[in-house]
Amino acid sequence: MRDETVKLALPAAGDATERPISIAIVAMGGQGGGVLTDWIVQLAENHGWAAQSTSVPGVAQRTGATIYYIEAMPLLDGRKPILSLMPTPGDVDVVMAAEFMEAGRSILRGLVTPERTTLIASNHRSLAIGEKIAPGNGIADDGAVTGAIGIAAKTEIIFDLNALAIAHGSVISAAMFGALAAANVLPFSRENYLDVIRAGGKGAKASIETFDAAFDRVKTGPAEVAVPVQPVQASATPTPLDPQLGGLVARLTQELPEPAQAMARAGLRKVVDFQDVAYGSEYLDILRKLSSADRNSGGADKGYAFTQAAAKHLANAMSYDDVIRVADLKTRASRRTRIESELELSQNQVLHTTEFMHPRMEEVMGMLPAGFGRWLGAKPRLLGWLDRRVNKGRRVRTYSLPWFLALYVVGGLRGLRRRSLRHAVETDHRDQWLKDATEAVGTNYQLGVEILQCRRLVKGYSDTHSRGLSKFDKTLAAIKLVERRDDAADWARRLREAALKDGPGKELDGVIQTIKSFA
Amino acid sequence: MAERSFAREVEDLRLGDGDIFRGEGILAITKALLQSGVAYVGGYQGSPISHLMDVLADAKDVLDDLGVVFQSSANEAAAAAMLSASVMYPLRGAVAWKSTVGTNVASDALANLASGGVTGGTMIIVGEDYGEGSSIMQERTHAFAMKSQIWLLDPRPDHECIVNLIEKGFELSEVSNTPVMLEVRVRACHMHGSFACKDNVKPAHTIKDALNNPKRDVNRIVLPPAAYEHEQEKIKTRMPAAVSFVRDNKLNEWMGPTQGKVGIVMQGGMYNNVIRALQYLGLSDAYGNTQVPLYVMNVTYPVIDTEIAEFCLDKEAVLIVEEGQPEYLEQAINTVLRRRDIQARVHGKDVLPMGGDYTAQVLLGGVREFLEKTEPRLLGNRPPAPDAAPVLNHPAIEKLKQVVPARPPGLCTGCPERPIFAAMKLVEEELGQHHVSADIGCHLFSILPPFNIGATTMGFGLGPASTSAFNVKADKRSIAVMGDGGFWHNGLTSGIGNAVFNKHDGVFVIVDNYYTSATGGQDILSSRATNKRRKTNNSITQAVKGIGGQWVRQLDRTYDVGKMRDTLKEALTTKEEGPKVIVASSECMLNKQRRVKPQINKAIKDGVRIVKERFGVDEDVCTGDHACIRLSGCPSLSVKQLDDPLRDDPVAAIDNTCVGCGNCGEVAEAAVLCPSFYRADVIHNPSRWDKFRSEVTMSVIGWLQRRRARRRPALEALA
Repeated sequence: MRDETVKLALPAAGDATERPISIAIVAMGGQGGGVLTDWIVQLAENHGWAAQSTSVPGVAQRTGATIYYIEAMPLLDGRKPILSLMPTPGDVDVVMAAEFMEAGRSILRGLVTPERTTLIASNHRSLAIGEKIAPGNGIADDGAVTGAIGIAAKTEIIFDLNALAIAHGSVISAAMFGALAAANVLPFSRENYLDVIRAGGKGAKASIETFDAAFDRVKTGPAEVAVPVQPVQASATPTPLDPQLGGLVARLTQELPEPAQAMARAGLRKVVDFQDVAYGSEYLDILRKLSSADRNSGGADKGYAFTQAAAKHLANAMSYDDVIRVADLKTRASRRTRIESELELSQNQVLHTTEFMHPRMEEVMGMLPAGFGRWLGAKPRLLGWLDRRVNKGRRVRTYSLPWFLALYVVGGLRGLRRRSLRHAVETDHRDQWLKDATEAVGTNYQLGVEILQCRRLVKGYSDTHSRGLSKFDKTLAAIKLVERRDDAADWARRLREAALKDGPGKELDGVIQTIKSFA
Repeated sequence: MAERSFAREVEDLRLGDGDIFRGEGILAITKALLQSGVAYVGGYQGSPISHLMDVLADAKDVLDDLGVVFQSSANEAAAAAMLSASVMYPLRGAVAWKSTVGTNVASDALANLASGGVTGGTMIIVGEDYGEGSSIMQERTHAFAMKSQIWLLDPRPDHECIVNLIEKGFELSEVSNTPVMLEVRVRACHMHGSFACKDNVKPAHTIKDALNNPKRDVNRIVLPPAAYEHEQEKIKTRMPAAVSFVRDNKLNEWMGPTQGKVGIVMQGGMYNNVIRALQYLGLSDAYGNTQVPLYVMNVTYPVIDTEIAEFCLDKEAVLIVEEGQPEYLEQAINTVLRRRDIQARVHGKDVLPMGGDYTAQVLLGGVREFLEKTEPRLLGNRPPAPDAAPVLNHPAIEKLKQVVPARPPGLCTGCPERPIFAAMKLVEEELGQHHVSADIGCHLFSILPPFNIGATTMGFGLGPASTSAFNVKADKRSIAVMGDGGFWHNGLTSGIGNAVFNKHDGVFVIVDNYYTSATGGQDILSSRATNKRRKTNNSITQAVKGIGGQWVRQLDRTYDVGKMRDTLKEALTTKEEGPKVIVASSECMLNKQRRVKPQINKAIKDGVRIVKERFGVDEDVCTGDHACIRLSGCPSLSVKQLDDPLRDDPVAAIDNTCVGCGNCGEVAEAAVLCPSFYRADVIHNPSRWDKFRSEVTMSVIGWLQRRRARRRPALEALA
């Protein structure tokens, strides 16, 4: 077919390039997108423009993602333009995103294009359910959004609009309106915008403050934050008051390779906080052994990754979550201070807290001396009888004297801890794990590191803890099947990542099936 | 009481001649009904027409002044049956619902109504819930209009046009003795626009007049031989009358040049997006001055054969723009042209997609292809059309696809339905998975993460009925979930009555949150609020017992997860036969907060002692397993990354949107999860005793804390 198109000069029916200004607001239900939409429509109508907005209330509003869409333009000789009901990819002037991943979603929908679009987005995150339910870290990488914005947007105005709004006692819609005013995409003045908010009446004061703050933030950039003084380096730290602890720190510096020292300090702090200085010494003893295995396995070339991983996971393994620890944490002064500041408690308010505890006989047994605990464990009927008395939900009024005293006493039972059944069980488990890791590191360095990192699977309390342990055991058993392969470390990593994907461990079972198919 | 107040919008209903109405499309429709002199209005709420019902519910004074009767119907069938008031009497009436789901429910009454015909104008406002943002199956109301012969109006998305068509629609209904449907799509319903008002019109003939002067005519009743006569009337009288009226009143519109080799025929609702597509192609300006002849069908049924013939006569090809499938209009137009041997080629679904939204972008592609095939000269210099493809194909954007998480809708913060599903999850862990039939309502979100409960949904109030096949002795019982909305819509009879009668040995959970929450929080029979115009506070439990339910458990606080779990377990394991019905009641948190929040804030301001509850997580106790979130999904329960090199996984955290419903604490306790959760009670305006007691206690506690702190080694040096 002959292409005739180029030769024809077809006069436009009207000023065909004249199109309305189009604004898409991408938000989640409950973020005030409707209010913002109404404001923008009002702003345009106040200037005699034709303005049309559309939205989809309903199911999407219940925390799902949704789009509000506005088109507006001046009337031509009193004639009303025909306005579209949905945004067209590649033809949107302003996209306003009330959350960072929603900004990403708007880019994926083609609403943000480099020829046209000013993107105003809040870079705070409101996590989606899929990101929250993973037993590990399921949070999406928002760096990908930042990268995409650089490519897709003509102009970008990105900052934490949500935090700004909260700081000024309002909601994100007011901050977004201020950012829109400052973006200079609509031919209206700051006063014109403010008139719209003022006409709204209710809550206008906080909205105006937020509007102003956002406007100024866009015009002048982020407020100058005084650069915090760099924390003094470790070498310059004053010697700890406790001489014994000072001795441990000195040992740490002498005995451990430099790359692992920072982590070891954090670990030492955790285990001493969990028990006492002597326990910290034990931590360093074990770490020293692991570190020499590391050195013998050529760890120097690997940045002592094995010692680093050991410093981290050994500390976590040694400070297991038992009743004593929970009671101790709940009764500390720092804990109450933290809650008070989170609640912004004022002088004229009184705070109480209630804990939701559900102790079982297992937890009580764990606190008993190991021998006695084992004896009791072998008496299922007695144990059942006791469990029926212990095993129930208890609402603990933390800051009432009787409950506080009870927790305080339990929190002070550290003296019993190292002789307890729980400690014996934890120590056995820990020793076996470290033995596996040390054996592996000699022949396959990375596998040794991976085995150490499997400790991450053990966490939680009660059933959650048992499930974590069973995942840990399954993973280590599966690693045994492939330990002689060159790619054993890859499989170990794959197993661990799968175990952290879902609660019941279906993904983990899948990987194990795969391994069994060839191993 | 609906989710939001419509007090301001009610004022818009009072606007008079020459005033300019500015607002939402569905409210413009409501105003148009009053301008048309309706005597009665009914309907059933649901997106996108809920606001019509809500504003009328708040507009008692306006309606009383005009003498208009308004009812929140029990369901769409009840609403359709209400239109029978117009069969014998010259009463104008209108009903509204979400379609096609509402039309499905109403179709029995609609078919009867359309067969006998009407005397007074009757209009059915259908919110066509099709395309993006829709919550239902993707179907067209068009089929219902054709099968029962109900005229179908599909106005351009423009308030002026919609209002005008409603007024004309009532006349059309009267001259052709046929009910009329007005189809408005989701975004048109929620479109902000304006139109010049007229005065409201009091109905010439009122409901009272009709009651006092009853009339009957056996020929209007669907029974042989009248039923056969009705069909002949439809064909010989009503259809021709309607066709003449539509033609004479120019309800369909011709736009653009009168001559042209090609033209576009479209549903009225497609007009705005077609104009935008033409604009992208350089064939129209922003004001609708098009270079392509357009025939805009504001009436999509009946098709006016003569108009189609006239439009197509001098054309080589026409494009039919008709959203959704099957392509009824395209088929009808082909028939018209073949019968008259008019040679214009008919394009439609060959260049446009069979299903899905006809957005400007989709239409741009379709119209361009149509013109390339038929009249490429029109495309001229091909101005650059918007195209996001270069951006979307960029590797960095491709990568983004893997990153952006899905954001499915879920239960609100503090929702009383969450603990019900948390309890079901706990029972599932103990007794294994069961067959669960879901229903329509907020509780349907249980099918999504984190709960993943519910295998099917068969329609509003039909959750229980959809387990009815599973009525055999087996190791496990079926579970059905239904809301209070569905219960009163039809579930009492189709679900519970059916199960009682058939001795169905299953478990039936009725979620009672005091409102039809998913549609915007309207009152129903069992609502707890006192409503002067309605009789509320009718117990679901009593109704279930009244219909013969024996094993009935009423739970008045769904947040008691332990009790909920135990009750479910008992229902699944009891030896007792017949249906096991659990009514789980707690107020919808969205509505409760709207009701209670201003009261609490005022009380605090006034110096009244108030205890505000909020939940929190001790971040050093939390191990970051997130089992609590897998049993909750509360928007205010999230995770945060700690600034601690020893911790790889983020810990649970509760933000300040928490309403203190108690679900997380209850779940942590019932599921024996972990002791991280605490409830913080903040006493505002504490009494002297509160203060004194707290000061004394805290001074003792402070002494103890300092004592222990002194014995700890100073760890700060290790930071």
